[in-house]
Amino acid sequence: MKLSEVVDALDARVLVGEDHMDKEVNKCGASDLMSDILAGLAEGCILLTGLATVQVIRTAMVAGVGAVVFVRGKIPPQEVLDLAKTQDLPLISSPYSMFVSCGRLHDCNLTGLTGQR
Amino acid sequence: MSGLKKSFYIKARDFNRAGEASINVQNFLKSMNFDPGLIRRIAICGYEGEMNAVMHGGDGALSIEIDSDKLVLEISDDGYGIEDIELAMQAGFSTAADEHREMGFGAGMGLPNMKKNSDQITVQSEKGKGTQVQMIFFLNQGGEIV
Repeated sequence: MKLSEVVDALDARVLVGEDHMDKEVNKCGASDLMSDILAGLAEGCILLTGLATVQVIRTAMVAGVGAVVFVRGKIPPQEVLDLAKTQDLPLISSPYSMFVSCGRLHDCNLTGLTGQR
Repeated sequence: MSGLKKSFYIKARDFNRAGEASINVQNFLKSMNFDPGLIRRIAICGYEGEMNAVMHGGDGALSIEIDSDKLVLEISDDGYGIEDIELAMQAGFSTAADEHREMGFGAGMGLPNMKKNSDQITVQSEKGKGTQVQMIFFLNQGGEIV
């Protein structure tokens, strides 16, 4: 599905990367533990997280994450947004909890990182 | 292409800049047109090691050396060292403080991730005398993963 459809499914707000909404994504992972993200995330996937620090962006860059969704309506500090802009990494803010955000994307047929549903 | 080496400084407890050295290595290897999968493995190893050095180390350094048959990634710090290396290599073991966990670190997956993503890993450490982690990534003649 396109990133724009992810935004619609989550009633979300695009914080960075409006011009990347045509990007295709089909896998999704959710974690607040950066090492778990590095251990498991697939290239180009969506990362859902409740953390809004600069380390989320660096972790996403290293792991090759395609877009980051901050749950519970979080808006990261400006320095985080600025770093994502320099890396062309789309950032999205979902008003829903981690559980509800994951459930909505699961309903859209997104799979986990290993392709499981 | 042999013996080319780049080194980057790691400042202890500077969490705003932590990870920059690994991103620099990632960009450097991209500019050299290495295999994306290999670059990803090296970046993950570098980042995990760099975060360990920032959290637990004194100041340190991250270096990458490119040889004809391998890439060698080294992370060293002047911190308080690892008391039990075997224990530290176990998935889930962590001595991270609460402030590290609040930033998403301290899952006890750092060294295990580094081991998983490298072809060879050597950890040398002594309590009070810092830590040196060396990881080797072997290349075939095309510069890709063996």
